[in-house]
Amino acid sequence: MTPPKVCALLCAPLKVINVGLETFAADLAANGAQVQDVQWVPPARGDAALARLLLRLGA
Amino acid sequence: MGDLAAAVDKANEEACRRLMAGDPVLVDVVPAGDVIPRLREERIILHAGPPLGWDHMCGPMRGAVTGIAVFEGWASDLADAERRAAAGDFAFEPNHHHGAVGPMTGMTTVSQPLLVVENRTFGNRAYCAINEGLGKVLRFGGNDAEVLARLAWLRDVLGPAIGRALRTMGGIPLKPIVARGLTMGDEMHQRNVACSGLLLRQLAPALARTQTDPSTLADVLAFIGRNDQFFLNVAMAMGKALSDPARDVAMSSIVTAMCRNGTDFGIRVAGTGDQWFTAPVEMPQGLYFPGFSEADANPDMGDSAIVETIGLGGFAMAAAPAVVGFVGAGRASDAALYTRSMGEITWALNPDWTIPALDHAGVPTGIDVRRVVATGIAPTINTGIAHRMPGVGQVGAGIVKAPLACFELALSALAARIGVS
Repeated sequence: MTPPKVCALLCAPLKVINVGLETFAADLAANGAQVQDVQWVPPARGDAALARLLLRLGA
Repeated sequence: MGDLAAAVDKANEEACRRLMAGDPVLVDVVPAGDVIPRLREERIILHAGPPLGWDHMCGPMRGAVTGIAVFEGWASDLADAERRAAAGDFAFEPNHHHGAVGPMTGMTTVSQPLLVVENRTFGNRAYCAINEGLGKVLRFGGNDAEVLARLAWLRDVLGPAIGRALRTMGGIPLKPIVARGLTMGDEMHQRNVACSGLLLRQLAPALARTQTDPSTLADVLAFIGRNDQFFLNVAMAMGKALSDPARDVAMSSIVTAMCRNGTDFGIRVAGTGDQWFTAPVEMPQGLYFPGFSEADANPDMGDSAIVETIGLGGFAMAAAPAVVGFVGAGRASDAALYTRSMGEITWALNPDWTIPALDHAGVPTGIDVRRVVATGIAPTINTGIAHRMPGVGQVGAGIVKAPLACFELALSALAARIGVS
């Protein structure tokens, strides 16, 4: 038997907030899910040295 | 928050205070050589964007250089001008090094008439050439006889006429005009129809009082009246006058200039003074006039991104939904998204310039290189598109993104100057 909390997630229509790759949202939408894509990229485009500077200088 | 971050924040507060506290007034039109001493030396040509030599100039920039050299009498014809440019007969320097800005190719030479905007809060002045109108024009690389004849009329008739009128008026305050323009659908880069009309409404009586020849007066009024972008060059001089007082605020990460020369995009940052941070300029995305396509387009050009630097243009898109369609940037309802997005990378909202469609929120002002690098959101710039070949002119309009690499370089340089590694 599916636990109640899991059922609440999976037995009802999915409502998804996607953070990251836009294609994840597109796939979900293509399968009928209600999905909101959040435009997000890693800080400093993933550059570790710049990210360290941002930590020191704030952003 | 660490001490360093707090110190940068405090410096940014000061830089933005200076950006927004200015009182820009259009006070005069004068020959460039009267106010930029360097131009009184031999064969100096100021151009848009960061520093650039002849060898790296794009087609329209070369077209404008050869045209202006003939106009100034430094060459017998365009071919002679090209030979002389390649031989090093002309010295090229950025407008920004001399308190000036120029649209697209941004040619500024000794005899051209310059609009003078005085920032009465800080006492500095900035300059920009007069808008030539649409069609084949020097700023888009046009250089034929019609283009040069128009430049001569601007020098001999229009410039002196506007200068006389402004001097009798004591100048025209610009902040109120921009404030009204934002409520009338202008964003001051690709749409200036309201502000051009508002300016002419103030200028026309003084022009009539100071111009003795009715036929010349009619020509002057008609030239300004039929040019929807006449105010753009005024807004650019205003942007330079407003941003220059923030040019040297230690530790600040606020951008004080953005510009492009058709080859490179360049920015300056308050905490690093007059150092340029450059990267290859991007191609605008937009709509093309009939008969032209992306294959004809030149990479982006001009000092006009100084209006985005002070929160207008692409940053104020929510005020000008008509522009979104004109530049092919989506639906009218997308206009607010551009402005909100720019709010993610700016420090303040300017209370003097508000947008009705955003419940009168101020325009997002003070681009913070930290936020650009952190979010990966590049400043959006509304722009005209020039043909890539010399002498053709404008072929479309669109938007372009500032290259993120400029901001990454600036962040590293600011950190080094502060002593952070």
